[in-house]
Amino acid sequence: MNWDWDYAWEVLPGIVGEGLLVTLRVTVLASLVAYALGLVLALLRRSPVAVVRWIVWGFIEFIRSTPLIVQVFFAFFVLPNIGIKFDPEPTGVIVIGLHYACYTAEVYRAGIDAVPKGQWEAATALSLPRGRTWFAVILPQAIPRVLPALGNYSISLLKETPILLTIGVLDIVGAAYQEGSAAFRYPEPITIAGVLFLVVSYSASLLVRRLERRVARSN
Amino acid sequence: MFDNLPEFISTILDGLGLTLAATLGGIAISAVLSFVFGLAMLSGSRIVRVVARIYVEIWRGTSEVVQLFWIFFVLPVLVGYQIVPLMAGIVVLGLNFGAYGAEIVRGAIQAVPRAQYEGAIALSLTPAQRMRRVILPQALVEMVPPFNNLFIQLLKGSALLTMITVPEMTNQARNVLMDLYTGQAGLIWTVLLVFYLLLSVLITFGMKFLERRAARIVGRGPSQAARDRGLAIAVEAGAGRGGGFPT
Repeated sequence: MNWDWDYAWEVLPGIVGEGLLVTLRVTVLASLVAYALGLVLALLRRSPVAVVRWIVWGFIEFIRSTPLIVQVFFAFFVLPNIGIKFDPEPTGVIVIGLHYACYTAEVYRAGIDAVPKGQWEAATALSLPRGRTWFAVILPQAIPRVLPALGNYSISLLKETPILLTIGVLDIVGAAYQEGSAAFRYPEPITIAGVLFLVVSYSASLLVRRLERRVARSN
Repeated sequence: MFDNLPEFISTILDGLGLTLAATLGGIAISAVLSFVFGLAMLSGSRIVRVVARIYVEIWRGTSEVVQLFWIFFVLPVLVGYQIVPLMAGIVVLGLNFGAYGAEIVRGAIQAVPRAQYEGAIALSLTPAQRMRRVILPQALVEMVPPFNNLFIQLLKGSALLTMITVPEMTNQARNVLMDLYTGQAGLIWTVLLVFYLLLSVLITFGMKFLERRAARIVGRGPSQAARDRGLAIAVEAGAGRGGGFPT
């Protein structure tokens, strides 16, 4: 069976116009959730209260040890039972964001650990309050260093967004699958979906590499 | 509320065999590919390096879901031959995670200190002996922890096989249990999550065992972390006895 270029051109606009847009939107929003929530989790892991540290540790390990697709199903089917109703796309953004927050938390932790001890001591010597120590001294040094690692997680996250088609979010793969089932012909749309992923994730990885070099230079 | 728990557990257990088959099959294939392509990326031949690089970039650059769909929907049309969904899943898991594993192998081999190469050359070992007897045993110890993470990712990736109709654990929960007990979604999905958690813990145990063995082969004792802990205890004990220089 041969590749049909005419058909490929016919399905391309649908996959790029709708699917790619959804994929990028979910990726960006879920990344923002993961960056913000990851920082919160990383700070909670350094909480002075031991119980908080244990609970956060257990939560992170649990989320990281179980499949994202099962967590997506959990949120999609269980939350409505207790009266929380979201559309599929926001549900997906929140679950993916939460899942990746458990990875970015470790990234932030490594970044915070890499800040020299003298910085903490100086902050103490200046009797800065706890909040100021974190937000004016430690984090401004820790975060720039971990930006490339955060970027890499965004790329992984991008590649997991097609999971959401199981709850009805039509991303690149969802759109391709829909085009394919409309014409009973899958090779072109699914291959286009694969190529699109390659293009997006490869260009994103080039961006991250540039960021890496910039971070390395500024240190 | 927990009346149906035994049924939930037994229905999910019906899928355990397939989850295990997919995970272990995927681990076997990806481990082999990791070493083949990890070593190929360090080859002296430019063509071999380029081929390995292309494999790694393509399988890491596309999504696992796309790869599953491609093998499941596209390949049969192109070659006129439908492979069993489970086999398609195992092949995709192996190829996908093999690409990540190849980078682990390459990194670990490159992390072996240069002096080890030089020593092996000075002893006039052949390149094959150098790799097999000197470099690889040391690199193996470094590889085990990242492979532990990778294999847990692979286990999680096996849940995606539900999208190509493999009746593994996630599929059992989604297509058997959810149709019958929609109101008890919370319990069903919690049971499934616990199953995956246990399997992850099992993988970690297995890899800790491998790590100890790999470390013993090169005479490094149990593990670096354990050694550091032991060292800290020894230092503390010494300090407690008033050892060291008199002050």
